[in-house]
Amino acid sequence: MALDQQQVRDIAELARLQLDDNQIAEYQKNLSSILDLVDQLSAVDTSSVEPMAHPLDAVQRLRADAVTEENQRDHFQQCAPQTENGYYLVPRVVE
Amino acid sequence: MHTKTIAEIARDLAAGEYSSVEITTDLLNRVKQLDGDINSFITVTGEQALAQAKAADERRAAGQAETWTGIPMAHKDIFCTDGVVTSCGSKMLSNFAAPYDATVVEKFNQAGAVSLGKLNMDEFAMGSSNESSFYGPVANPWNKDHVPGGSSGGSAAAVAAGFVPGATATDTGGSIRQPAAFCGVTGIKPTYGRVSRWGMIAYASSLDQGGCITRNAEDAAMMMNIMAGYDAKDSTCVEQPVPDYTSTLNDSLEGMTIGLPKEYFSSDLSADMQQAVRDAISEYEKLGASIKEVSLPNARLAIPAYYIIAPAECSANLSRMDGVRFGYRCDDPQDINDLYKRSRGEGFGGEVKRRIMIGAYALSAGFYDAYYKKAQQVRRLIKNDFSAALKEVDILAAPVSPTPAFKRGEKTSDPVEMYLEDIFTISLNLAGMPGMSIPCGQVNNLPVGLQLIGDYFAEDRLLNAAHKFQQATDWHLKTPAGI
Amino acid sequence: MEWEVVIGLEIHAQLATKSKIFSGASTQYGAEANTQACAVDLGLPGVLPVFNEEALRMAVKFGLAIDADIGKKSVFDRKNYFYPDLPKGYQTTQLHHPIVGMGHIDIELDDGSTKRINVTRAHLEEDAGKSVHEGFGSMSGIDLNRAGTPLVEIVSEPEMRSAKEAAAYFRKMHSIVTYLGICDGDLSQGSMRCDCNVSLRPKGQEEFGTRTEIKNVNSFRNVERAIESEIERQMDILEDGGSIVQETRLYDADKNETRSMRSKEVANDYRYFPCPDLLPVIIDDNYIEAVRETLPELPDDKRARFVKDHGLSVNDAAVLASDRELAHYFETVAHSANDYKLAANWVQGDVSAALNRLEISISELAVSAEQLGHILKLIKDNTLNTGGAREVFNALLEGKGDDTVASVDKLVDSLGLKQVSDTGAIEAIVEKVLADNPKLVEGYLNTPEDKRAKAIGPFIGLTRKAAAGVNPQVVMDVLKKKLSELG
Repeated sequence: MALDQQQVRDIAELARLQLDDNQIAEYQKNLSSILDLVDQLSAVDTSSVEPMAHPLDAVQRLRADAVTEENQRDHFQQCAPQTENGYYLVPRVVE
Repeated sequence: MHTKTIAEIARDLAAGEYSSVEITTDLLNRVKQLDGDINSFITVTGEQALAQAKAADERRAAGQAETWTGIPMAHKDIFCTDGVVTSCGSKMLSNFAAPYDATVVEKFNQAGAVSLGKLNMDEFAMGSSNESSFYGPVANPWNKDHVPGGSSGGSAAAVAAGFVPGATATDTGGSIRQPAAFCGVTGIKPTYGRVSRWGMIAYASSLDQGGCITRNAEDAAMMMNIMAGYDAKDSTCVEQPVPDYTSTLNDSLEGMTIGLPKEYFSSDLSADMQQAVRDAISEYEKLGASIKEVSLPNARLAIPAYYIIAPAECSANLSRMDGVRFGYRCDDPQDINDLYKRSRGEGFGGEVKRRIMIGAYALSAGFYDAYYKKAQQVRRLIKNDFSAALKEVDILAAPVSPTPAFKRGEKTSDPVEMYLEDIFTISLNLAGMPGMSIPCGQVNNLPVGLQLIGDYFAEDRLLNAAHKFQQATDWHLKTPAGI
Repeated sequence: MEWEVVIGLEIHAQLATKSKIFSGASTQYGAEANTQACAVDLGLPGVLPVFNEEALRMAVKFGLAIDADIGKKSVFDRKNYFYPDLPKGYQTTQLHHPIVGMGHIDIELDDGSTKRINVTRAHLEEDAGKSVHEGFGSMSGIDLNRAGTPLVEIVSEPEMRSAKEAAAYFRKMHSIVTYLGICDGDLSQGSMRCDCNVSLRPKGQEEFGTRTEIKNVNSFRNVERAIESEIERQMDILEDGGSIVQETRLYDADKNETRSMRSKEVANDYRYFPCPDLLPVIIDDNYIEAVRETLPELPDDKRARFVKDHGLSVNDAAVLASDRELAHYFETVAHSANDYKLAANWVQGDVSAALNRLEISISELAVSAEQLGHILKLIKDNTLNTGGAREVFNALLEGKGDDTVASVDKLVDSLGLKQVSDTGAIEAIVEKVLADNPKLVEGYLNTPEDKRAKAIGPFIGLTRKAAAGVNPQVVMDVLKKKLSELG
């Protein structure tokens, strides 16, 4: 299945990826050929097959409701791009 | 000293042949001298390694040494290491000093192992040639113009180059088995859920599995003894006892039935590759195993199913790389969207962006059933194929890759061509079963791997079969020229 | 044209677990920014979620309380979108297999009737963090303490037909979750938030009109006001022949109007898919029945019992049963005084007045239920009259006692409120009153028999004036006797 350039732009926007025009053209080509590859699936009859999300068909384990984590803010924020007074900073978000 | 196996080093350290500091120093020097050409390390943690080695020697002097005390190794840079940059081969995390240890790292630390540093890999484990790393490609020690395979190319190359006797690695679509095959070393991808994923940076959560690359099966068993096991921090990690994998290595293969999936011996495989694998299978017959042809009828659907499921999962897994709490942030963001788009646009390489976009597209409104759900259904068909085959036989034997290590740059222009590299390995990740790659021959002076596949939690069986083969052959003893 | 209002609510209730839904960080409100955000809550590379058993239990408890189908297999999905307070770039929620399926609650309408509102589903999900826009110049600050707090999102059918009904539904849900103890119900801290979906359609038309969603309304009053103003806005547009834009709106309580959230206008494509880091949650009948065992009496049952067993009016019962703490206070008082009606009068009268005046909740009231119960007991055994009881109550309110029941007795003594019920003592007072007021006595004696009951009034007043704290009933009896002796 071939994607057009606008579709590539829309997907990039959805995934928050900045692409320039050259890249758009390149991705249009690459993504289309990948979609051709995966389109082989459409020919398979899977009408009676239960989708498989996990290899082991296991069930979720439960954790006791206990506070086990201590405050490690300073440690965690050492790898943060920008913080102030314990807050992570981002360009102002308008609502 | 640099070609010794983990088992040999363990014996030598116990016998006082040399100290952990001595071998660690020796290997660090090798890395310093030779890794410039190979580029298998992203970060060398020399000081920490020597401190760990010293502590190990002290424990030994105090009579408190255990099997792993003082044994050098290294981690794929996908495993978080407290205070040490954990880049995952990406610009995005090139400044990320992880604030915690992965469970696997913690286990090796606790066992007394000495980590020399962090190994190169395809960016976020997406690739089959180690050419997508932000830190540059890794060279295959057998021929430096060739790729070492991927994504655990650094792990395989470092073992093959004699920098470390063993390394952790991960496998999402073949990322342990294929580089092990390309570099002439031994790799094991355990059953999904056998090794904790806590602290292992996720590519495709339902396919990712930690494992290791070593010189031989015995060492792999020793590494598995440390790595495998339940972890309460990983919901998908299985609570099941871990056997001593070294205790069954020498079991007889008499009466074992080995299945050959006929779909894996088709025209995709060149004649000389086919011959190398067939020779290995003959060797198994000599060891007492019987051979039977089996079928995996949906094998050809593995790559298309994988290239929906893995990108879908990675598109969500990598959303946290947003330049807010850690990692790369673009200069002077104008607004929050600009921050996201440029940080991610600049921080991720081409292959990562491709897979994120494929995943986002496959999951987007109106396409879910046709792509994601369909792929999950096909996934079950593939799993059922393996289960049926493994009812007939004990293990499967197959090639690892269609060709030996290809030349750097040979497949970078067409992503689909690169994807087809994983045709023999990828289905196993979809099924979740364990697999190994062991050296079984050479083509054009490059190693060829034999893939062994077992049922869920049959790692002991695979290691046993691999070890017996290595007792009878010497492919795993061969080293690249100059190593 | 006559319009019909169609309203559906999505209520987010924070579950009162100690730790987060997928991590061991504390959920306590009010901590310093990011001190309760652990590696999992921050979405650091390599971290993984593990599900909190208490969140599951609470959600099942809720499902049973609204008589809903319980999902024996529930599945967590990822809802993908980028927002700075959403650390992983996706919210873990439940799309196709929620823990709670179709259920229902009854709301009470103004005319005293009840209306059943169906609940489509309720699912578990994680809360997001908070963005702070003040104090960081051109930047916003992100605090992820709240990220990962367990939420149950309760989705109603679009079955409410007025803002009042919507408010009644929100109140009822509040009352249910607080009764169950699964949510602290503190609206001011955002423990319960409500999204209101509002549309209009010509009366009689089956098809729904275009709806708008008012996000994050967080008080009963604002739910009503926000919906009222949105109905008005939509009606104005429709009456003018315009059409409604499907969008998300915010309610501005100061201006009492809703406004469009332009920043959210970009169409979202959430790309839901099952979270591969979490496995299906499987529960069986044994689990469900064990949770059912722990269900407390719910507001509707309590209300019915108040009416049936204790003779309270439907209105009184509804008010007293609406809030778990209030109901508990009331029942303790009633039990201790052995009189539900008297207790109902006091709790709805003096107690409610005090709460309103002091702007406090029942748990903060200085008069304990045991103390009030004891006060009522003293009324019933004639130790106190109503006025005296009120004085003791107010004295406790003002902090003149302590929190013991004995403190009530001490105040009765120290304030000299004990009624004189001793007949001999009262006879002496009455005799003096009669002797001091011969003209009144004469007037009384000249009053015809059938009007004397009224004419006795002034003597009562005089007697009580002469001696405070005399038991009025005894005074009446003595007066009648003494006066009849005179003629």
